[in-house]
Parts: sequence; C-alpha cells; structure tokens
Amino acid sequence: MSLSELGNSSKATSVDNTRVEVVSSLSVKEMKAVAKRLRRHIITMTGRAGSGHPGGSLSAVEIVTALYFKVLRHKPQDPRWGDRDRFILSKGHAAPVLYATLAECGYFPVDELATLRQLDSRLQGHTDRVTTPGVEMSAGALGQGLSFAIGVALAGRLNSQDYRVYVLLGDGECDEGQIWEAAMAAAHYKLDNLAAIVDNNGQQIDGWNRDVMNLDPFNKKWQAFGWHVIEVDGHDLARLITAFDRAKLVKGKPTVIIAHTIKGKGVSFMENNPDFHGKVPNAEEVEIALKELE
Amino acid sequence: MPEAVSLREAYGKTLVELGRENPDIVVLDADLSPSTMTHFFAREFPDRFFDCGVAEQNMVTIAAGLAASGKIPFASTFAVFVPGRSFDQIRMSIAYSRLNVKLVVTHGGISVGEDGASHHSIEDLALIGSLPGFTVIVPADAIETAQAVKTAAASYGPFYIRLCRPKLPLVYNQDYRFELGKAVTMRQGKDATIIAIGVMLSPALDAADNLRRQGINCRVLNMPTLKPVDEAAITEAAGETGAIVTAEDHLEHGGLGSIISQVVVRRHPVPMEFVAIKDTYAKSGKATELLQRYGLTAKDIEQAVREVVKKRQG
Repeated sequence: MSLSELGNSSKATSVDNTRVEVVSSLSVKEMKAVAKRLRRHIITMTGRAGSGHPGGSLSAVEIVTALYFKVLRHKPQDPRWGDRDRFILSKGHAAPVLYATLAECGYFPVDELATLRQLDSRLQGHTDRVTTPGVEMSAGALGQGLSFAIGVALAGRLNSQDYRVYVLLGDGECDEGQIWEAAMAAAHYKLDNLAAIVDNNGQQIDGWNRDVMNLDPFNKKWQAFGWHVIEVDGHDLARLITAFDRAKLVKGKPTVIIAHTIKGKGVSFMENNPDFHGKVPNAEEVEIALKELE
Repeated sequence: MPEAVSLREAYGKTLVELGRENPDIVVLDADLSPSTMTHFFAREFPDRFFDCGVAEQNMVTIAAGLAASGKIPFASTFAVFVPGRSFDQIRMSIAYSRLNVKLVVTHGGISVGEDGASHHSIEDLALIGSLPGFTVIVPADAIETAQAVKTAAASYGPFYIRLCRPKLPLVYNQDYRFELGKAVTMRQGKDATIIAIGVMLSPALDAADNLRRQGINCRVLNMPTLKPVDEAAITEAAGETGAIVTAEDHLEHGGLGSIISQVVVRRHPVPMEFVAIKDTYAKSGKATELLQRYGLTAKDIEQAVREVVKKRQG
C-alpha cells in the first residue's frame, strides 16, 4: 500500500525546471492539497519505517508548506544555489515533514520517501546536511538550529546577499538554554534577515509543556530578548503567509512567529496525543489515518 | 636558553595576516579576546569579528553556520570551554556536519597555573580526538603555531589547535615548515624514543641531552599532529629504538600516550611509559610548581626512559 501510494504521488508532482515558478503561484486551495499530501507521506513513511516522529511533523505541515510553496526563493534542481533563502529545521526529529516537502518540491524522487531510516538511505532518522539534497543542517540534538541560523544570517550580511534565513524550532526545544543564548545574540546582531518560527504545539515527550517545563509567558520572553513577535494560527496557510510577509518588513531586529499548532494535526487519534511524539502508527492505524486524510 | 615567545600572540598576529589575505576569514570569541589574542583581529577587522559573550555553545554553532555559508571561521576561547562546555555542539554542528570550522583554543593543560583545576583543561584532547574527521594539532612553539594556523586556514575540514598559556622557548627557526600529519625528528638516537607535544617538548629535549651524558641516546620526536597521527614515524621509532616514552600536559587517558600506544600495539609492540597527569585534578600554583608536582618535568621523562629501557632489557 505505502510504496505504491508514494509512487502515485511521485507522478502527480513530476519535476521540471519551471518548478519554482509553478510552486510560487499556487493558490491557498492548491497549497491545502499539498499539505494533505504531506500528511499522507508522513503517515505512510513513518508507518513503513516502524519508527520516527509523526506528531511534531504533522503539527508543522502548514508552516513548511507555506515556506516551500510560497515564501522561499529556492531552486530544487540546484539545492546549493548561493542566493537561496535558507530553511533550517532545528527540531530535527520532524525530518519526515521536511523530507516529504523536499520530495514534493522535486529535490529528490517522492519514491525515495519509502526508504526513510533504512540502511544506506539518503533519508536519515534525523536530518543530515551531508546526505540529503536540500537539507541545510544536521540536527537531532535539540537547541542548535537558532545559533546555526545566526551564522548563516551573518554570512549573508557580510556578503551583501539578500537571502533570508528561516529556522523552525519546537516549543519543547525552547527548554534548551542554547536557544536563549542565540535569542540574545540574534537581537544583539540586529539580524532582520532572520525569522524563527516556533511550532507551538504545546506538547513534549513527557506531556504538556506547562506541566513538564512551563514556557509562559512565551511571547513576552521573546519580546524581552529583543525580538519582534507575531502570533498566528499555525494551521491557517493564508495567515501564515501574511505573517511571513510582515516579518520581512521588520527592520533592525529578528522576528519570531509563534505558530499555534496541534500535535498530530489531521489525524483524529493522534491530535494532542503526546504518545505519537516518537511512536508511529501501526498498519491498522495507518489505514485509518489515510482514510481520514483522503 | 632560547628566547621564550607567546604562542597565543603568534596565533593572534597570524590571524591578522590571514585576514588581510582572505576576506572569508572570520573570527569568533567568547569574551576572552585579550587572553586568546583574537583582539588583534577584532581591532583590524571589526566587521568580521563576532564576540559571542560568555556563551560557548552558541559560539561554536554560529561558527558552523558561517562555515556552511562559505566563511572560514576561527573560534577561540579557553580549552576547558571548547570542547568542554560545547561538546555536543561541536559533535553535531561541526564534526558530523563536516564543516570547515577552526577551533583554536588557549590555556590547555595544568601549565595554566594559578587559576586552578576549574581552568586546567586536561581532558580536551581525549574529547576532541574522539570525534570522527577532526584534525588535532598541539604546537610546541610560536613558530609552529603560526605555521599550523596557516595550514588550518588552507585545508578544508574541522581543526582543533590547542595552545598553552605560558610563553615557550623557540625550538624551531623561521625556516621551519609545519607538515600536517608528520612527526618532526628533533634528536636522533637508537636507545629509546621520546615523543612529546606542546609544553613538554623542551623538557623532552633537556631530558635527552642529560641522558646522552649518561650514555643513553634518545630519539626525540615532536608530534604536533595528534590526528591523523604519523603512524610511519611511530612504527619506525618502535622498530629502531625498541622503547617509547610519551610526554604531554594532559591526562594519561585519551591523549598523546593513548594515541601512540594504539599504533605501537598494532604495528610494532615495544615497552612504553607515559609522562602525563594520572587520573586526578591539579590545584592552584605556579605553572612550574604544578608541572613539578604532577610529574611533568625533564627529570620525570628521564626516569621514564630509564624504566622503559630496563623493561626492554628485562
């Protein structure tokens, strides 16, 4: 089931050199269809792999869709193009949503998603910049992406390049002290070419953030660190795109988009269920989930 | 006694030279620039110098991001903090990521002196040496430092260069050319080999001179590159001299001694002794007092050579 389905999707999104332009002109309705395909990929590939992190991948689907299919300037046929906007996935366990997106954009064949986590696959359990086309950073140990993004943004400024840097953080990831070292530094360096997005699904492995390690008042923390803060419904594509547009206009400081999301979004029995942070659906659950995502 | 010169100053001034030649060289520090002497670079190239404050994890990861964007970042602080404070960041964002970051750290070993055990980096070579793909260098004087830093800038990949706090006597002249991964034969000899790095090279030479007067002719190798190590020179020394003593300002475990002994055991087993810090932390005190207290002097090397020669004959 999973293999043939992945193969069908591959045909539906065949790659060509005009891909970037085609992608950029998608309507919100078309992007919603993309988001649904990404969710189906996430369920299918993690179910097939037998391990992985579907919950925090599903919560980030609209964020990543808005970026890759509307906001980012990128060339799937030239992943290391020097003037590309950079997307850095700091919450490296959400690799499935990034792999699905890169495949849908044409960075590699959609069929390859079926190899997730297998020996010699280019799709490692957590992101690896060396092996996967389009992956900017090797992640999986939390807390490092914002610092990495600062380095990329500083290089852009030094080179007078106008690319923008987007980094996706988990809310649970913000327990890490390094995030706040980096938050302080990005504001200190006045990096207005940098935007962080927090996939604020409210949950981490041991339960709700507020019970495990309370982050509130989350927006005030970012403000106090010198950031422009935008809060948005992280499953509303039109509002996300508006938020990214507004972030571009902010000068002299970095912007954080706190995207309020639902862990496991799109699959009834996975929504707000922290069990599915690092557990994958079994064969029966995959079938139910895919039916819900038809 | 040759003139003692600061390795840190040689580093700082070499950075400025490199900065003038290559606009992609950038430098990061974590609030220690007058001590690491990156302040020379900061003064001349303020736009290419990033003070990250007291935040070493952030600093090394920012360096990785700069490297991923084509820059050649040199990140500096004390050896206790890089790699000590930032090991996971170095592992993930630099080593596993195969990024072109140069970590040049100062204040390695107990020769730091009075600041005490919190500031004595005696585990760093074991930590950094464990990371796949890292090149690890411990220069023995200011001239070798300048050369090693230039080599790091010109070679792709992650580098770790460990400098010490005290000035060290020059063991090389200006014609010296550092070769990556190559041992340097400082003295020829056939009775035993002393392999030394960093602050321990001068005591090793003194020990060899004293032993020669007692009829024991030692070969002395400087092994500035710990990784990748010069296996040929080690094998040759084992075969031709039949006994090896290593000398380093680092714990006995995981540093020069461990690296050399693995090669010796595999390629040409001979008796070995290790002049290094034994499974303990040191204290505050003058550098010379500490080196004496923890067994890192020419006399300790001489004693180790006599023992290893006896073992071979026994």
